Amino acid sequence: MQTANANRLTPYLFLAPAALVMAVALLYPIGYMIYASFLDWNPSQRIGEAEFVGLKNYIGLLSDAAFRESFFVTLKFAAVVVTLEMVLGVGLALLLDRNIRGMSVLRTLFILPMMIAPIVVGLMWRYMYHPSVGIFNRTLKSLGFEPVPWLSDGSWAFASVVIADVWQWTPFIFILSLAALQSLPRSAMEAARIDGATGWQQIVYIKLPLMMPVLIVTLLLRLIDAFKVLEVILVLTNGGPGLSTEILSLRISRTASEFRELGEAAAMSNYLLILLVILTFAMFAYNKAVEARAARLRKAAEEDL
Amino acid sequence: MAEKIYDKQNPAFYALLVALVVMAVGPIVMMLTTSLKLNVDIMSDSSSLLFMPTLRNYETALCDFLWYEAPHIDYCDKTFGRALVNSLIIALVSTVLTLVIGCMAAYALVRFRFMGRDTVSLSTLAMRMVPPAVLLVPVFGIWTFQFQIDGTRAGIILVYVAMNLPFVIWILQSFIVQVPIQLEEAARMDGAGPFQVFFLVVLPLIKPGLAAAAIFTFRVAWNEFLLANALADRNSRTVPVTIVNSITEFDIDWGVIMATGMLLAIPPIIFTFVASRQIITGMTAGAVKG
Repeated sequence: MQTANANRLTPYLFLAPAALVMAVALLYPIGYMIYASFLDWNPSQRIGEAEFVGLKNYIGLLSDAAFRESFFVTLKFAAVVVTLEMVLGVGLALLLDRNIRGMSVLRTLFILPMMIAPIVVGLMWRYMYHPSVGIFNRTLKSLGFEPVPWLSDGSWAFASVVIADVWQWTPFIFILSLAALQSLPRSAMEAARIDGATGWQQIVYIKLPLMMPVLIVTLLLRLIDAFKVLEVILVLTNGGPGLSTEILSLRISRTASEFRELGEAAAMSNYLLILLVILTFAMFAYNKAVEARAARLRKAAEEDL
Repeated sequence: MAEKIYDKQNPAFYALLVALVVMAVGPIVMMLTTSLKLNVDIMSDSSSLLFMPTLRNYETALCDFLWYEAPHIDYCDKTFGRALVNSLIIALVSTVLTLVIGCMAAYALVRFRFMGRDTVSLSTLAMRMVPPAVLLVPVFGIWTFQFQIDGTRAGIILVYVAMNLPFVIWILQSFIVQVPIQLEEAARMDGAGPFQVFFLVVLPLIKPGLAAAAIFTFRVAWNEFLLANALADRNSRTVPVTIVNSITEFDIDWGVIMATGMLLAIPPIIFTFVASRQIITGMTAGAVKG
Protein backbone atom coordinates (compact mmCIF):
# COMPACT_ATOMS: atom_id res chain seq x y z
CA MET A 1 0.00 0.00 0.00
CA GLN A 2 2.70 2.37 1.03
CA THR A 3 4.86 1.57 -1.99
CA ALA A 4 1.86 2.06 -4.26
CA ASN A 5 1.43 5.51 -2.79
CA ALA A 6 5.10 6.26 -3.16
CA ASN A 7 4.99 5.14 -6.76
CA ARG A 8 2.09 7.38 -7.52
CA LEU A 9 3.91 10.32 -6.01
CA THR A 10 7.25 9.65 -7.71
CA PRO A 11 6.58 11.49 -10.97
CA TYR A 12 5.54 14.58 -9.03
CA LEU A 13 8.61 14.37 -6.82
CA PHE A 14 10.80 14.15 -9.91
CA LEU A 15 9.09 17.06 -11.59
CA ALA A 16 8.60 19.34 -8.61
CA PRO A 17 12.05 21.03 -8.46
CA ALA A 18 12.07 21.89 -12.16
CA ALA A 19 8.50 23.15 -12.06
CA LEU A 20 9.25 25.23 -8.98
CA VAL A 21 12.41 26.85 -10.36
CA MET A 22 10.84 27.65 -13.70
CA ALA A 23 7.69 29.03 -12.10
CA VAL A 24 9.64 31.26 -9.71
CA ALA A 25 12.43 32.46 -11.97
CA LEU A 26 10.96 32.32 -15.47
CA LEU A 27 7.16 32.42 -15.63
CA TYR A 28 6.70 34.77 -12.70
CA PRO A 29 9.18 37.34 -14.09
CA ILE A 30 7.52 37.24 -17.49
CA GLY A 31 4.11 37.84 -15.93
CA TYR A 32 5.66 40.56 -13.80
CA MET A 33 7.08 42.21 -16.88
CA ILE A 34 3.68 42.31 -18.55
CA TYR A 35 2.24 43.96 -15.46
CA ALA A 36 5.17 46.37 -15.14
CA SER A 37 4.68 47.56 -18.72
CA PHE A 38 1.51 49.34 -17.55
CA LEU A 39 3.35 51.25 -14.83
CA ASP A 40 5.34 54.43 -14.57
CA TRP A 41 8.14 52.92 -12.55
CA ASN A 42 11.74 53.86 -11.75
CA PRO A 43 14.31 51.59 -10.10
CA SER A 44 14.27 53.32 -6.71
CA GLN A 45 10.58 52.55 -6.20
CA ARG A 46 9.02 49.31 -5.06
CA ILE A 47 6.59 48.07 -7.66
CA GLY A 48 3.61 48.81 -5.36
CA GLU A 49 4.52 52.51 -5.29
CA ALA A 50 4.62 52.82 -9.05
CA GLU A 51 1.72 54.58 -10.69
CA PHE A 52 -0.57 52.63 -12.99
CA VAL A 53 -0.68 54.41 -16.33
CA GLY A 54 -2.50 51.93 -18.57
CA LEU A 55 -1.32 51.82 -22.15
CA LYS A 56 0.62 55.08 -21.91
CA ASN A 57 4.02 53.37 -22.23
CA TYR A 58 2.97 51.50 -25.34
CA ILE A 59 1.42 54.51 -27.03
CA GLY A 60 4.31 56.75 -26.03
CA LEU A 61 6.77 54.31 -27.62
CA LEU A 62 4.89 54.24 -30.92
CA SER A 63 5.43 57.96 -31.35
CA ASP A 64 9.02 57.83 -30.05
CA ALA A 65 11.31 58.34 -33.02
CA ALA A 66 14.30 56.76 -31.27
CA PHE A 67 12.32 53.61 -30.48
CA ARG A 68 11.03 53.34 -34.03
CA GLU A 69 14.56 53.78 -35.31
CA SER A 70 15.91 51.04 -33.10
CA PHE A 71 13.00 48.75 -34.02
CA PHE A 72 13.88 49.29 -37.66
CA VAL A 73 17.59 48.71 -37.00
CA THR A 74 16.73 45.45 -35.25
CA LEU A 75 14.67 44.21 -38.20
CA LYS A 76 17.34 45.28 -40.67
CA PHE A 77 20.09 43.63 -38.66
CA ALA A 78 18.18 40.34 -38.31
CA ALA A 79 17.21 40.25 -41.99
CA VAL A 80 20.69 41.06 -43.32
CA VAL A 81 22.54 38.78 -40.93
CA VAL A 82 20.25 35.78 -41.37
CA THR A 83 20.19 36.06 -45.16
CA LEU A 84 23.98 36.30 -45.41
CA GLU A 85 24.50 33.45 -42.98
CA MET A 86 21.99 31.16 -44.67
CA VAL A 87 23.51 31.71 -48.11
CA LEU A 88 27.09 31.29 -46.90
CA GLY A 89 26.36 28.44 -44.51
CA VAL A 90 24.29 26.34 -46.91
CA GLY A 91 26.68 27.11 -49.75
CA LEU A 92 29.69 25.97 -47.75
CA ALA A 93 27.86 22.84 -46.63
CA LEU A 94 27.05 21.90 -50.24
CA LEU A 95 30.65 22.59 -51.20
CA LEU A 96 32.29 20.72 -48.34
CA ASP A 97 29.95 17.72 -48.29
CA ARG A 98 32.71 15.47 -49.57
CA ASN A 99 34.62 12.56 -48.33
CA ILE A 100 37.77 14.35 -47.21
CA ARG A 101 40.39 13.82 -44.57
CA GLY A 102 40.15 15.97 -41.48
CA MET A 103 36.50 16.91 -41.80
CA SER A 104 35.93 16.46 -38.08
CA VAL A 105 38.86 18.75 -37.25
CA LEU A 106 37.36 21.33 -39.57
CA ARG A 107 33.99 21.10 -37.88
CA THR A 108 35.61 21.43 -34.46
CA LEU A 109 37.44 24.59 -35.51
CA PHE A 110 34.24 26.00 -36.96
CA ILE A 111 32.36 25.62 -33.67
CA LEU A 112 34.91 27.72 -31.78
CA PRO A 113 33.43 31.14 -32.63
CA MET A 114 30.04 30.06 -31.28
CA MET A 115 31.39 28.68 -28.04
CA ILE A 116 33.41 31.73 -27.05
CA ALA A 117 31.65 34.38 -24.98
CA PRO A 118 29.94 37.06 -27.12
CA ILE A 119 31.72 39.63 -24.95
CA VAL A 120 35.06 38.20 -26.06
CA VAL A 121 33.96 38.07 -29.69
CA GLY A 122 33.11 41.74 -29.43
CA LEU A 123 36.50 42.41 -27.86
CA MET A 124 38.44 40.62 -30.61
CA TRP A 125 36.60 42.45 -33.35
CA ARG A 126 36.86 45.78 -31.62
CA TYR A 127 40.61 45.28 -31.55
CA MET A 128 40.71 44.32 -35.21
CA TYR A 129 38.55 47.31 -36.16
CA HIS A 130 40.73 49.65 -34.09
CA PRO A 131 41.48 52.81 -36.15
CA SER A 132 45.26 52.71 -35.66
CA VAL A 133 46.39 49.34 -34.21
CA GLY A 134 43.65 47.16 -35.79
CA ILE A 135 44.72 44.70 -38.44
CA PHE A 136 42.22 45.91 -41.06
CA ASN A 137 43.38 49.50 -41.14
CA ARG A 138 47.04 48.46 -40.84
CA THR A 139 46.67 46.22 -43.87
CA LEU A 140 44.82 48.90 -45.80
CA LYS A 141 47.50 51.45 -44.95
CA SER A 142 50.38 49.20 -45.90
CA LEU A 143 48.67 48.54 -49.24
CA GLY A 144 48.38 52.28 -49.72
CA PHE A 145 44.62 52.65 -49.22
CA GLU A 146 42.74 55.11 -47.06
CA PRO A 147 41.89 53.75 -43.60
CA VAL A 148 38.21 52.95 -43.08
CA PRO A 149 36.19 54.40 -40.16
CA TRP A 150 34.97 50.94 -39.13
CA LEU A 151 33.17 51.82 -35.94
CA SER A 152 32.94 55.59 -36.08
CA ASP A 153 30.74 56.06 -39.14
CA GLY A 154 27.07 55.04 -39.07
CA SER A 155 26.83 52.77 -42.09
CA TRP A 156 30.34 51.35 -41.67
CA ALA A 157 29.51 50.55 -38.04
CA PHE A 158 26.41 48.65 -39.12
CA ALA A 159 28.45 46.69 -41.65
CA SER A 160 31.15 45.98 -39.05
CA VAL A 161 28.60 44.61 -36.62
CA VAL A 162 27.09 42.45 -39.37
CA ILE A 163 30.52 41.08 -40.31
CA ALA A 164 31.27 40.11 -36.72
CA ASP A 165 27.93 38.34 -36.39
CA VAL A 166 28.36 36.52 -39.69
CA TRP A 167 31.79 35.34 -38.52
CA GLN A 168 30.34 34.03 -35.30
CA TRP A 169 27.16 32.36 -36.54
CA THR A 170 27.67 31.14 -40.11
CA PRO A 171 29.22 27.93 -38.69
CA PHE A 172 25.91 27.20 -36.94
CA ILE A 173 24.04 27.11 -40.25
CA PHE A 174 26.94 25.26 -41.86
CA ILE A 175 26.93 22.48 -39.28
CA LEU A 176 23.17 22.03 -39.29
CA SER A 177 22.95 21.93 -43.08
CA LEU A 178 25.92 19.58 -43.31
CA ALA A 179 24.16 17.21 -40.90
CA ALA A 180 21.02 17.48 -43.00
CA LEU A 181 22.95 16.77 -46.20
CA GLN A 182 24.63 13.72 -44.76
CA SER A 183 21.35 12.24 -43.62
CA LEU A 184 19.71 12.51 -47.06
CA PRO A 185 18.72 9.18 -48.61
CA ARG A 186 21.58 7.89 -50.78
CA SER A 187 19.11 6.27 -53.19
CA ALA A 188 17.64 9.58 -54.36
CA MET A 189 21.10 10.92 -55.10
CA GLU A 190 22.17 7.82 -56.97
CA ALA A 191 19.00 7.80 -59.02
CA ALA A 192 19.64 11.41 -60.02
CA ARG A 193 23.24 10.62 -60.95
CA ILE A 194 22.21 7.65 -63.06
CA ASP A 195 19.62 9.78 -64.83
CA GLY A 196 22.49 12.10 -65.75
CA ALA A 197 21.72 15.11 -63.56
CA THR A 198 24.58 17.63 -63.39
CA GLY A 199 25.95 18.87 -60.07
CA TRP A 200 23.79 21.97 -60.20
CA GLN A 201 20.68 20.03 -61.08
CA GLN A 202 21.29 17.66 -58.20
CA ILE A 203 21.59 20.59 -55.82
CA VAL A 204 18.57 22.51 -57.06
CA TYR A 205 16.14 19.64 -57.67
CA ILE A 206 17.20 16.98 -55.17
CA LYS A 207 19.34 18.24 -52.33
CA LEU A 208 17.77 21.60 -51.51
CA PRO A 209 14.13 20.39 -51.59
CA LEU A 210 14.99 17.40 -49.41
CA MET A 211 16.88 19.63 -46.94
CA MET A 212 14.04 22.15 -46.79
CA PRO A 213 12.42 21.05 -43.51
CA VAL A 214 15.76 21.26 -41.68
CA LEU A 215 16.64 24.54 -43.36
CA ILE A 216 13.38 26.11 -42.22
CA VAL A 217 13.95 25.07 -38.61
CA THR A 218 17.54 26.32 -38.83
CA LEU A 219 16.37 29.62 -40.23
CA LEU A 220 13.84 29.97 -37.45
CA LEU A 221 16.37 29.21 -34.71
CA ARG A 222 18.89 31.63 -36.15
CA LEU A 223 16.29 34.33 -36.65
CA ILE A 224 15.18 34.07 -33.03
CA ASP A 225 18.79 34.28 -31.89
CA ALA A 226 19.49 37.24 -34.15
CA PHE A 227 16.96 39.23 -32.16
CA LYS A 228 18.78 38.32 -28.97
CA VAL A 229 22.23 39.53 -30.06
CA LEU A 230 23.37 42.13 -27.62
CA GLU A 231 26.81 41.68 -26.13
CA VAL A 232 28.80 41.82 -29.36
CA ILE A 233 27.17 45.09 -30.36
CA LEU A 234 27.46 46.47 -26.84
CA VAL A 235 31.21 45.94 -26.86
CA LEU A 236 31.75 47.04 -30.46
CA THR A 237 29.72 50.22 -30.70
CA ASN A 238 27.38 50.45 -27.70
CA GLY A 239 24.62 51.25 -30.20
CA GLY A 240 26.40 54.18 -31.79
CA PRO A 241 27.40 56.22 -33.63
CA GLY A 242 24.02 57.90 -33.20
CA LEU A 243 21.45 55.14 -33.22
CA SER A 244 22.92 53.32 -36.22
CA THR A 245 23.52 50.02 -34.44
CA GLU A 246 21.19 50.33 -31.48
CA ILE A 247 19.15 47.14 -31.64
CA LEU A 248 16.12 46.69 -29.43
CA SER A 249 17.77 44.52 -26.76
CA LEU A 250 20.39 47.20 -26.28
CA ARG A 251 17.76 49.92 -26.10
CA ILE A 252 15.83 47.94 -23.48
CA SER A 253 18.88 47.61 -21.29
CA ARG A 254 19.77 51.28 -21.72
CA THR A 255 16.23 52.43 -20.99
CA ALA A 256 16.29 50.38 -17.81
CA SER A 257 19.75 51.29 -16.56
CA GLU A 258 20.56 54.73 -17.99
CA PHE A 259 17.16 56.40 -18.39
CA ARG A 260 15.73 54.54 -15.38
CA GLU A 261 12.34 53.98 -17.00
CA LEU A 262 11.51 50.41 -16.01
CA GLY A 263 7.88 50.60 -17.20
CA GLU A 264 8.92 51.81 -20.62
CA ALA A 265 11.64 49.15 -20.84
CA ALA A 266 9.06 46.50 -19.98
CA ALA A 267 6.70 47.77 -22.67
CA MET A 268 9.59 47.63 -25.14
CA SER A 269 10.37 44.07 -24.06
CA ASN A 270 6.75 43.22 -24.76
CA TYR A 271 6.92 44.65 -28.25
CA LEU A 272 10.04 42.57 -28.91
CA LEU A 273 8.35 39.46 -27.54
CA ILE A 274 5.24 40.04 -29.64
CA LEU A 275 7.41 40.42 -32.73
CA LEU A 276 9.18 37.14 -31.99
CA VAL A 277 5.91 35.30 -31.32
CA ILE A 278 4.46 36.51 -34.62
CA LEU A 279 7.58 35.44 -36.51
CA THR A 280 7.61 32.01 -34.90
CA PHE A 281 3.95 31.39 -35.60
CA ALA A 282 4.25 32.59 -39.18
CA MET A 283 7.10 30.16 -39.68
CA PHE A 284 5.14 27.31 -38.12
CA ALA A 285 2.05 28.09 -40.19
CA TYR A 286 4.15 28.20 -43.35
CA ASN A 287 5.75 24.88 -42.45
CA LYS A 288 2.35 23.28 -41.83
CA ALA A 289 0.99 24.67 -45.11
CA VAL A 290 3.93 23.29 -47.06
CA GLU A 291 3.50 19.88 -45.43
CA ALA A 292 -0.23 19.87 -46.14
CA ARG A 293 0.37 20.76 -49.77
CA ALA A 294 2.94 17.99 -50.13
CA ALA A 295 0.50 15.50 -48.60
CA ARG A 296 -2.25 16.64 -50.97
CA LEU A 297 0.02 16.31 -54.00
CA ARG A 298 1.08 12.84 -52.92
CA LYS A 299 -2.53 11.80 -52.50
CA ALA A 300 -3.47 13.20 -55.89
CA ALA A 301 -0.55 11.35 -57.46
CA GLU A 302 -1.68 8.10 -55.86
CA GLU A 303 -5.22 8.56 -57.11
CA ASP A 304 -3.99 9.10 -60.64
CA LEU A 305 -2.29 5.73 -60.68
CA MET B 1 41.43 0.98 -37.27
CA ALA B 2 40.26 0.39 -40.80
CA GLU B 3 41.84 2.58 -43.42
CA LYS B 4 39.27 4.99 -44.84
CA ILE B 5 39.34 5.85 -48.49
CA TYR B 6 39.19 9.54 -49.28
CA ASP B 7 38.29 11.18 -52.55
CA LYS B 8 40.96 13.15 -54.36
CA GLN B 9 40.18 16.85 -54.56
CA ASN B 10 41.72 19.54 -56.67
CA PRO B 11 44.19 22.00 -55.12
CA ALA B 12 41.82 24.97 -55.28
CA PHE B 13 39.54 23.09 -52.94
CA TYR B 14 42.31 22.75 -50.38
CA ALA B 15 43.17 26.42 -50.77
CA LEU B 16 39.55 27.22 -49.95
CA LEU B 17 39.69 24.99 -46.88
CA VAL B 18 42.82 26.71 -45.62
CA ALA B 19 41.24 30.13 -46.19
CA LEU B 20 38.16 29.07 -44.21
CA VAL B 21 40.22 27.78 -41.31
CA VAL B 22 42.27 30.98 -41.22
CA MET B 23 39.08 33.04 -41.21
CA ALA B 24 37.49 30.98 -38.45
CA VAL B 25 40.50 30.80 -36.16
CA GLY B 26 42.38 33.97 -37.14
CA PRO B 27 40.66 36.39 -34.76
CA ILE B 28 41.16 33.99 -31.85
CA VAL B 29 44.86 33.58 -32.66
CA MET B 30 45.15 37.34 -32.91
CA MET B 31 43.66 37.72 -29.45
CA LEU B 32 46.15 35.18 -28.14
CA THR B 33 49.17 36.88 -29.69
CA THR B 34 48.03 40.31 -28.53
CA SER B 35 47.64 39.02 -25.00
CA LEU B 36 51.27 37.89 -25.13
CA LYS B 37 52.58 41.28 -26.24
CA LEU B 38 53.77 44.30 -24.36
CA ASN B 39 51.87 47.49 -25.08
CA VAL B 40 54.94 48.84 -26.84
CA ASP B 41 54.72 45.97 -29.32
CA ILE B 42 50.97 46.39 -29.76
CA MET B 43 51.30 50.05 -30.64
CA SER B 44 54.42 49.76 -32.78
CA ASP B 45 54.11 49.88 -36.54
CA SER B 46 56.46 47.01 -37.22
CA SER B 47 55.39 43.53 -38.21
CA SER B 48 52.90 41.99 -35.84
CA LEU B 49 54.49 38.57 -35.85
CA LEU B 50 57.95 39.52 -34.59
CA PHE B 51 57.82 40.09 -30.85
CA MET B 52 59.02 38.61 -27.59
CA PRO B 53 56.12 36.71 -26.04
CA THR B 54 55.57 37.65 -22.43
CA LEU B 55 53.21 36.55 -19.69
CA ARG B 56 53.14 39.97 -18.08
CA ASN B 57 49.55 40.72 -19.05
CA TYR B 58 48.41 37.49 -17.47
CA GLU B 59 50.43 38.28 -14.36
CA THR B 60 48.74 41.67 -14.12
CA ALA B 61 45.27 40.17 -14.51
CA LEU B 62 45.82 37.32 -12.09
CA CYS B 63 48.05 39.20 -9.64
CA ASP B 64 46.26 38.02 -6.51
CA PHE B 65 46.90 34.37 -7.38
CA LEU B 66 50.62 34.75 -8.00
CA TRP B 67 52.85 32.82 -5.63
CA TYR B 68 55.84 34.93 -6.58
CA GLU B 69 56.51 38.64 -6.74
CA ALA B 70 56.15 40.00 -10.27
CA PRO B 71 58.53 42.95 -10.56
CA HIS B 72 56.42 44.97 -13.03
CA ILE B 73 53.29 45.11 -10.84
CA ASP B 74 53.36 48.02 -8.44
CA TYR B 75 49.66 47.92 -7.63
CA CYS B 76 47.62 44.74 -7.67
CA ASP B 77 44.06 45.20 -8.93
CA LYS B 78 42.14 42.28 -7.48
CA THR B 79 38.94 42.89 -9.51
CA PHE B 80 39.65 40.30 -12.15
CA GLY B 81 40.82 37.56 -9.81
CA ARG B 82 37.70 37.96 -7.72
CA ALA B 83 35.51 37.91 -10.83
CA LEU B 84 37.19 34.74 -12.03
CA VAL B 85 36.39 32.99 -8.76
CA ASN B 86 32.78 34.23 -8.95
CA SER B 87 32.43 33.09 -12.55
CA LEU B 88 33.76 29.63 -11.73
CA ILE B 89 31.48 29.17 -8.74
CA ILE B 90 28.41 30.48 -10.52
CA ALA B 91 28.97 28.48 -13.69
CA LEU B 92 29.79 25.22 -11.91
CA VAL B 93 27.00 25.37 -9.34
CA SER B 94 24.36 26.34 -11.87
CA THR B 95 25.50 23.58 -14.24
CA VAL B 96 25.27 20.91 -11.55
CA LEU B 97 21.89 22.14 -10.31
CA THR B 98 20.45 22.39 -13.82
CA LEU B 99 21.60 18.89 -14.68
CA VAL B 100 20.22 17.26 -11.53
CA ILE B 101 16.87 19.05 -11.66
CA GLY B 102 16.57 18.78 -15.44
CA CYS B 103 17.44 15.11 -15.48
CA MET B 104 14.79 14.23 -12.94
CA ALA B 105 12.15 16.22 -14.78
CA ALA B 106 13.06 14.73 -18.17
CA TYR B 107 12.87 11.23 -16.71
CA ALA B 108 9.45 11.87 -15.21
CA LEU B 109 8.16 13.34 -18.46
CA VAL B 110 9.34 10.34 -20.49
CA ARG B 111 8.55 7.43 -18.18
CA PHE B 112 5.35 8.56 -16.58
CA ARG B 113 3.92 9.97 -19.78
CA PHE B 114 2.83 13.30 -18.42
CA MET B 115 2.84 15.44 -21.45
CA GLY B 116 3.60 14.59 -25.01
CA ARG B 117 7.01 15.31 -26.44
CA ASP B 118 5.37 17.95 -28.58
CA THR B 119 4.34 20.00 -25.57
CA VAL B 120 7.86 19.98 -24.23
CA SER B 121 9.41 20.80 -27.62
CA LEU B 122 6.99 23.65 -28.04
CA SER B 123 7.65 25.12 -24.62
CA THR B 124 11.40 24.77 -25.18
CA LEU B 125 11.07 26.75 -28.36
CA ALA B 126 8.86 29.29 -26.60
CA MET B 127 11.48 29.73 -23.87
CA ARG B 128 14.22 30.04 -26.43
CA MET B 129 12.29 32.94 -27.91
CA VAL B 130 12.56 34.98 -24.72
CA PRO B 131 15.63 37.22 -25.04
CA PRO B 132 17.62 37.81 -21.84
CA ALA B 133 16.94 41.51 -22.34
CA VAL B 134 13.25 40.80 -21.80
CA LEU B 135 13.99 39.17 -18.45
CA LEU B 136 16.14 42.10 -17.40
CA VAL B 137 13.50 44.40 -15.93
CA PRO B 138 11.37 41.84 -14.07
CA VAL B 139 14.33 39.87 -12.73
CA PHE B 140 15.95 43.04 -11.48
CA GLY B 141 12.71 44.15 -9.81
CA ILE B 142 11.81 40.83 -8.24
CA TRP B 143 15.32 39.97 -7.08
CA THR B 144 15.81 43.37 -5.51
CA PHE B 145 12.46 44.06 -3.89
CA GLN B 146 10.80 40.71 -3.29
CA PHE B 147 13.41 37.98 -2.86
CA GLN B 148 16.15 40.37 -1.78
CA ILE B 149 18.84 38.22 -3.33
CA ASP B 150 20.27 40.87 -5.64
CA GLY B 151 24.01 41.15 -5.47
CA THR B 152 24.44 37.54 -4.36
CA ARG B 153 25.81 34.62 -6.29
CA ALA B 154 22.71 32.59 -5.40
CA GLY B 155 20.52 35.12 -7.16
CA ILE B 156 22.52 34.89 -10.37
CA ILE B 157 22.61 31.10 -10.17
CA LEU B 158 18.81 30.96 -9.82
CA VAL B 159 18.24 32.86 -13.10
CA TYR B 160 20.77 30.74 -14.97
CA VAL B 161 19.23 27.48 -13.78
CA ALA B 162 15.77 28.64 -14.82
CA MET B 163 17.01 29.89 -18.19
CA ASN B 164 18.77 26.63 -19.03
CA LEU B 165 16.20 24.16 -17.74
CA PRO B 166 13.88 24.02 -20.77
CA PHE B 167 16.73 23.19 -23.14
CA VAL B 168 18.31 20.66 -20.79
CA ILE B 169 15.03 18.86 -20.13
CA TRP B 170 14.33 18.73 -23.82
CA ILE B 171 17.71 17.37 -24.87
CA LEU B 172 17.89 14.83 -22.04
CA GLN B 173 14.43 13.60 -22.95
CA SER B 174 15.62 12.56 -26.38
CA PHE B 175 18.33 10.46 -24.72
CA ILE B 176 16.12 8.92 -22.03
CA VAL B 177 13.58 7.78 -24.63
CA GLN B 178 16.27 5.52 -26.03
CA VAL B 179 16.90 3.67 -22.74
CA PRO B 180 15.09 0.31 -23.06
CA ILE B 181 12.30 0.05 -20.50
CA GLN B 182 13.08 -3.65 -19.99
CA LEU B 183 16.30 -2.70 -18.24
CA GLU B 184 14.41 -0.65 -15.73
CA GLU B 185 11.78 -3.35 -15.26
CA ALA B 186 14.50 -5.90 -14.58
CA ALA B 187 16.03 -3.61 -11.96
CA ARG B 188 12.65 -3.11 -10.36
CA MET B 189 12.09 -6.88 -10.26
CA ASP B 190 15.33 -7.17 -8.35
CA GLY B 191 13.85 -4.85 -5.77
CA ALA B 192 15.21 -1.42 -6.71
CA GLY B 193 13.08 1.58 -5.83
CA PRO B 194 12.31 4.36 -8.33
CA PHE B 195 15.22 6.48 -7.14
CA GLN B 196 17.66 3.58 -7.33
CA VAL B 197 16.46 2.74 -10.84
CA PHE B 198 17.00 6.32 -11.85
CA PHE B 199 20.44 6.85 -10.34
CA LEU B 200 21.96 3.39 -10.89
CA VAL B 201 20.39 2.31 -14.18
CA VAL B 202 19.24 5.31 -16.20
CA LEU B 203 21.89 7.91 -15.39
CA PRO B 204 24.92 5.85 -16.46
CA LEU B 205 23.23 5.09 -19.78
CA ILE B 206 22.63 8.70 -20.79
CA LYS B 207 26.15 10.01 -20.14
CA PRO B 208 26.59 11.44 -23.67
CA GLY B 209 23.39 13.42 -23.27
CA LEU B 210 24.52 14.65 -19.89
CA ALA B 211 27.83 15.77 -21.36
CA ALA B 212 26.11 17.75 -24.11
CA ALA B 213 23.67 19.33 -21.65
CA ALA B 214 26.46 20.16 -19.21
CA ILE B 215 28.55 21.91 -21.84
CA PHE B 216 25.63 24.00 -23.06
CA THR B 217 24.60 25.03 -19.57
CA PHE B 218 28.13 25.84 -18.51
CA ARG B 219 28.65 27.90 -21.62
CA VAL B 220 25.55 30.01 -21.05
CA ALA B 221 26.34 30.58 -17.38
CA TRP B 222 30.01 31.29 -18.05
CA ASN B 223 29.44 33.69 -20.94
CA GLU B 224 26.30 35.57 -19.87
CA PHE B 225 26.64 39.28 -19.32
CA LEU B 226 23.36 41.19 -19.23
CA LEU B 227 21.61 39.63 -16.24
CA ALA B 228 24.85 39.24 -14.30
CA ASN B 229 25.47 42.93 -14.86
CA ALA B 230 22.05 43.87 -13.52
CA LEU B 231 22.16 41.56 -10.51
CA ALA B 232 25.77 41.53 -9.36
CA ASP B 233 27.33 43.96 -6.93
CA ARG B 234 31.03 44.63 -6.41
CA ASN B 235 31.65 41.28 -4.75
CA SER B 236 29.66 39.00 -7.03
CA ARG B 237 30.69 40.39 -10.41
CA THR B 238 31.51 37.83 -13.08
CA VAL B 239 34.29 38.05 -15.67
CA PRO B 240 32.13 39.30 -18.60
CA VAL B 241 30.92 42.17 -16.41
CA THR B 242 34.46 43.21 -15.46
CA ILE B 243 35.57 43.05 -19.08
CA VAL B 244 32.78 45.35 -20.20
CA ASN B 245 33.52 47.70 -17.32
CA SER B 246 37.14 47.97 -18.29
CA ILE B 247 36.54 48.71 -21.98
CA THR B 248 34.34 51.67 -21.17
CA GLU B 249 37.34 53.27 -19.55
CA PHE B 250 38.98 56.01 -21.55
CA ASP B 251 42.40 54.46 -21.89
CA ILE B 252 42.14 50.82 -22.91
CA ASP B 253 45.05 48.58 -21.92
CA TRP B 254 44.76 46.18 -24.85
CA GLY B 255 47.35 43.70 -23.64
CA VAL B 256 45.71 43.10 -20.27
CA ILE B 257 42.17 43.14 -21.61
CA MET B 258 43.06 40.58 -24.28
CA ALA B 259 44.60 38.42 -21.57
CA THR B 260 41.37 38.54 -19.57
CA GLY B 261 39.38 37.81 -22.73
CA MET B 262 41.63 34.86 -23.43
CA LEU B 263 41.16 33.53 -19.90
CA LEU B 264 37.39 33.80 -20.35
CA ALA B 265 37.62 32.00 -23.69
CA ILE B 266 39.82 29.14 -22.54
CA PRO B 267 37.20 26.87 -20.87
CA PRO B 268 34.83 26.90 -23.88
CA ILE B 269 37.79 26.28 -26.20
CA ILE B 270 38.88 23.28 -24.14
CA PHE B 271 35.33 21.89 -24.17
CA THR B 272 35.17 22.30 -27.92
CA PHE B 273 38.32 20.28 -28.48
CA VAL B 274 37.44 17.59 -25.94
CA ALA B 275 33.78 17.13 -26.78
CA SER B 276 33.06 18.54 -30.22
CA ARG B 277 30.99 15.48 -31.05
CA GLN B 278 28.66 16.00 -28.10
CA ILE B 279 28.36 19.68 -28.91
CA ILE B 280 27.37 18.95 -32.48
CA THR B 281 24.88 16.37 -31.25
CA GLY B 282 23.36 18.94 -28.94
CA MET B 283 23.23 21.54 -31.66
CA THR B 284 21.74 19.35 -34.36
CA ALA B 285 19.40 17.28 -32.16
CA GLY B 286 16.69 19.88 -32.33
CA ALA B 287 16.70 20.70 -35.99
CA VAL B 288 17.60 17.48 -37.70
CA LYS B 289 15.76 14.84 -35.72
CA GLY B 290 12.77 17.09 -35.15
